[in-house]
This record gives sequence, structure tokens and C-alpha cells, in this order.
Amino acid sequence: MEEILLQKPGKKIILLGNEAIVRGALEAGCQFVSTYPGTPASEIGNTFFKLSRSGDYKGYFEFSTNEKVALEAGIGASFSGLKTLIAMKNFGLNVCFDALIPFVYTGAKGPTVIIVADDPSCHSSAQSEENSRAVAFLAHIPILEPSDPQECKDFTKLAFQISERYKIPIIIRTTTRVAHQKMPVKLGEWKKNPSLEGRFVKDPGRFVTLPPRVLEMKKELLEKIEKIKQFSEKSSVNPLFGTISREKLGIITSGVSYLYVMEALKELNLELPVLKLGFFYPLPEEKIKNFIKNFKKILVVEELEPFLEKELFSLAKQSNCKLKVIGKELLPEVGELKPEYVISAIAKFTGIKYQMPHTKYRIPASKRLPQLCPGCPYWLVISAIKRAVDVKKVIFGGEIGCYMLFGNSPVNLQDYLSCMGSSVGIAHGIKKAGGQKIISFVGDSSFFHAGIPALINTVFNKSNPLIIILENQTTAMTGHQPHPGAPVEPNGIKIEEIVKACGVKNVRTIDQINQEEFVKTVKEFLAKEEVSVIIARRPCIFVAKK
Amino acid sequence: MKKTKKDFNIVITGVGGQGLITLLQILAEAVFSEGYEVRTSELHGLSQRGGSVEVHIRFGRKIYSPLISQGKADLILSLEMQEALKAAYFANPKTNFLINEYIVPIPLQKTLSKEVIFKNLKKVSKNINVVPAEKICQEKLENSVVSGVYLLSLAVFKKLIPLKPDSLLKAIKKIIPEKYLELNLKTFELVKKS
Repeated sequence: MEEILLQKPGKKIILLGNEAIVRGALEAGCQFVSTYPGTPASEIGNTFFKLSRSGDYKGYFEFSTNEKVALEAGIGASFSGLKTLIAMKNFGLNVCFDALIPFVYTGAKGPTVIIVADDPSCHSSAQSEENSRAVAFLAHIPILEPSDPQECKDFTKLAFQISERYKIPIIIRTTTRVAHQKMPVKLGEWKKNPSLEGRFVKDPGRFVTLPPRVLEMKKELLEKIEKIKQFSEKSSVNPLFGTISREKLGIITSGVSYLYVMEALKELNLELPVLKLGFFYPLPEEKIKNFIKNFKKILVVEELEPFLEKELFSLAKQSNCKLKVIGKELLPEVGELKPEYVISAIAKFTGIKYQMPHTKYRIPASKRLPQLCPGCPYWLVISAIKRAVDVKKVIFGGEIGCYMLFGNSPVNLQDYLSCMGSSVGIAHGIKKAGGQKIISFVGDSSFFHAGIPALINTVFNKSNPLIIILENQTTAMTGHQPHPGAPVEPNGIKIEEIVKACGVKNVRTIDQINQEEFVKTVKEFLAKEEVSVIIARRPCIFVAKK
Repeated sequence: MKKTKKDFNIVITGVGGQGLITLLQILAEAVFSEGYEVRTSELHGLSQRGGSVEVHIRFGRKIYSPLISQGKADLILSLEMQEALKAAYFANPKTNFLINEYIVPIPLQKTLSKEVIFKNLKKVSKNINVVPAEKICQEKLENSVVSGVYLLSLAVFKKLIPLKPDSLLKAIKKIIPEKYLELNLKTFELVKKS
């Protein structure tokens, strides 16, 4: 893929949404990229990683320890004047909030774009079906929503321009069907050698969010958003299609939903005015008010929570109080949209009878859930645990990574599952609440990501879960990216040294191929009065192959 | 070959690890080289690990949605028989099915027999083609990893996809890495001669 990213301007090549974002960043002259892998955003980091190693991308790139650290690295680069891109999946944004919100206050010195990828229907995500658009209301950060790979590239470039002009970080929010969509993308010019000379120039009034200055900063931020709203009003990323006709019906949509709307209109042979919003925040409110002022009914086609629909209610109050706003009464709030849902919603909205050309036949095949790969070293941990303990009498803490598949049959070793780093933190709480026996699993990349503070907490506040760190020496589930314990160069940070430094006395590193030793240690450690850690060290089969 | 006037929709299904995304890439390059608009939708990450995988490709004069609507597939190409049955959601009575005669059991679930699957698919569409691609590739090429490329080539030669065989061949050369190219070209030739 990396070679084709290097093709000539004007040429069209087939790109994945995430690859198109990389190309857009390159065309914008991006100098600094940091990320933590997470589907459906992973290919952004993977592509930059390859381009960086091949020398085609001459700026800086890193896989950071977690998304917050990635953002902080990016903030430092931006404060030093560099064009910066940070990429993550939706849950990574949650980890970032603490650093993100003040960053919107200080603003970006070097233009900064943050890619956030949501996963409606949770194709590749446990934990929740998050709609990251909500961050706009919390942080006052502008959000652009592309529909397809061409827009992924174009919006990334535009986001850098807006960021440069208004000195504010911009989020580009994608979803699985945008990030993992492919289409021919028309390429633009690419300046091949961005200089990497950043320089932090002291300016406390700008970079220090200390009261009372912080409240002035908030005021300045709101003024900035007002100016960006004026920009949004005129921006070509909020285009209007079709002409307003006598039916007095219209559609408002954004992101991938726009593609389903256009497909549905084609299928139903309808012409309706459609306003496509590239800006989710700030919304071009005057444009919307003008669009809806003569309508009887408006259909809002958006995935997940009805954020746009609610905005429409309030805008209609100002410009057309008789307007009927329709959205979630015809479309689901849970799960991604599908083109057939939109066809059916538009048919109902316009009063057209439409029969889906499907078979009414019930499919008898059962669901095929993902499994650990044959030969995965985790199977050996599973077998040792099933030999060592009565699984009914022990609680098993799950985590984010391949080992969350411990929750599926036939393994069934997962009694709770939340976010990265949480298996240890929650284990501590369960121990304190009732003292039951508990084994919590944490992967090596997860341990570095968010597990360490939770481990220190078990020592500091004295609880005794057995923590098994599954060290497979890669970030496996997202496509085998390096992490601090397994960098590209040899000699990563040794996990046992961190564990010992945290004050844990019962620590043993075991290759789980030594089943007897593993079984014996699990039994021994479960009886300890202080926290204990087993580091199960055996590389992922895909790492071992390399 | 005459260009298709309507949109053409293909669902490719199978089990994670069977190379579906590569097939999708080949097909996308091939139709793009013939001047069509094309969009695909694929899934990465968790969905790959031995789970069901279903990818979509649509091409024609004007394509918006990357996803195929219910009942709108022109062709369902499946590398596993039970997965073909799941893709019936996208079928209508005119849909062609081209299916690898190959079953991967689902852990702890009842595995459906070939006969049961075939009987059920017949209720959906008359055009059910089950081909022992896995067996043919193992016997003739000593490697069943190319059964996907075998089926894709067969779909083109049987005119189940409105695409020139030469466009497919060029796309195979473009997408498949050097190391595996010879095997894939032999697969294409094997279908061409049959």
C-alpha cells in the first residue's frame, strides 16, 4: 500500500479511508504523527509506521504508550509549531479528555488534527457503542465528518487549514464504514520533505491554563467557535443537493449516512433536497435555518444518538416552528445504519410504498464468533488455569485485547470486561468489597497503556488479586504494532522490573509451555496475602514467525 | 464485453483468514481499470479472527453506498458453505451463488451438512453453484490457499461478473505479492483451460 501512496498528483488510486487520511496529512505537509493502535483507526498508524521506516515520510512518527500520551506528545509538537496529526479509536479519546480539553483552550500553535474513529455496531470493539460526536459539547472542539475516502483526504487537508487559520485543534470523526471503505481517490500535490524543526517559544499567556487566565481563555475559545461557525456557514463541505420543490420535504444528513440517503433516493427514483453536513460542530446554523424554513417535514438521517435531530428541534423553533422533525422514530438508535433502513425510512417519510426485494426466508446458520488463533500461546495459560483452580470459585477479570476472547465458549474465563487497564483496578475493588479469590488478566500493551497505576494501587491500598500479565510481545489484536516492552529495536522495558519497582513482592516470569510450573505458581500465588503477578511470557505466533 | 448499465453488487463471505480482503482488492482494481465507479466495504480487527467475514463490492456508473442493501446482491461468492447461507440475507431469486465446497465447523455448534445447506439455498435462488475449489486447488496446484482466486476467476470466465478476464489477470498481477504470484497465475490459467 505504501508505494501507491507515492503516486502522482491528479491520478486516481483505490484507497482505504484510513490510507486516504494519511495521504491527506502528507499533502498538508504534516510533520509530526503520534498514535496508539485501535480498530477502526489502526491503518493510519500502520501506514505512517511503514512510510517512516521506508524513509518516504520524513517527519516524526511514534506509536505512543496510550492515546493520552500520544495526544500530549502531539500537543508538545503543536506548541513547538509543527503540523501535527494524532490518531485513535473512540475509546482512546476517552483516555485523552484530561489533556484534550485544556488543549482546546490554549489552542494549537502548529496546525493540529485529531482523528477519532467510532465503530457503530461494535464490529471490532467491546465495551460500548460510543458516539464521539458528544465531545464537541464537552470540549468545544470543531468536528468534521467525512463520508468516504475522497472526503477523508480532502477533509484532513481542510482541517489542517482551519486549524492553521483559527489556531485550534480539529477532530475528524470517522466510523467503520468510512475508515474501512475503499474507492478511487484523486490525489493532490505532496510536499515531500517537511522540515522537522520545531521550537518552543515561551508564551505563558498562551500555554499556561492557570486561573484567572483560564476563564479568559474560555471566552476566547467561544469567540473562536463563533468565527468558525461563520466559516462553516460558507464552507463547501456543507453542500446542498437538489432543488426545493413543492412537496416541502427535505433531508439532513452527514457522514456515511449521506451515502445511504443518496442511494435510497436513486433506488426510490426520488428527488428531494438534501443538506449534507461536513461540519458537525460548529453547525452552519443560518444555512440550516434557511434550508428548513419552507418545509413541512424534515428527515434527519444520522447514526446512533440523535444529536443532529435535537439541534434541528431547537433551530426549527427559531425559523419554522411548524416544522415536523423526524429521525429516530424511523431509524434505529442502536447499531449502524444500513442502506435498506434508509430506503425504508425515506419511503415512509414520503409516503411511497416500497417492497424490499428480499427473501422472507429464515436463515438457519448459527453465528461464528471470533476465536483465539490455533497455536496462540494464550491457550496454554487457559489450560494451566483450568488445571490449577476450580473456575467456579474464582473470579476472572477480563481486558481489551485478544484475550477478551476468553469470554467466548469454550474458554469462558471472563466475569467482567470493561476498558483498557481496568481488570486490575476492578479486581482491587472486588477484593476490598468481599475478599473473593480473583485472577485478573492484562496484556503487555494494555499493562503499559493503563495497567501500571492500577497495579501500584493494589500495593498502596493493600489488596491481593493474582494478576497474570500476558506478555505476547506485541499489540496483537490491532495488527501487531510494537509497544514499550517490545520495540522495533531489541531490549524493551522489562515488565518484571516495573512490577518489582511498583513494590510487588510475589513476581514470577514463566513461559507457559512449562505447564507444571505455571499450575503450581497459580495455586501458590492465589493463597498469598499480598498482590502477586505472573508474567506469562511467550510471543504471539505471528511475532515468532518474523 | 458490454458494460453493465445497472449497478453490480457482489458479497464475498467466508471465515477470517481465508483472504477475502485480498479478493476484494483484486476485484476493485479490475473493475476500476474498466472505468467503473467502485466502492467496497470491509472489516478488520476482531472480526478477522476465525469469525464470519462478509465484505461488499459495488460497481457501476454511479455508486454511493459502499454496502449492499438487503436482497440486492447479483453475486454471492462464498469460500465456506455455511457462510453462503448467512449471506442469503442479500439474495433475491435471481442472485447467483458461487460457493466453495468446503465446511469449517463452528465450535460448539451443530455443523450443517452440505445437503442441508444446498436444500436451504435452493429455497432462496435457483442459481446455486457449488464448486469443489478447495479440492481442485489441492489436487492440481498442491495448495488450497488459492481457492478464493480460483472461484473469482471462475466467476469471471462463467460471466457471473461483467468483467473481462484480462482485467482480472492484470489486477491479480498488481495486487498479489511477487512471492505468491506464480501460484495465483497458475490458478487463473487452470480456470481458463477448464
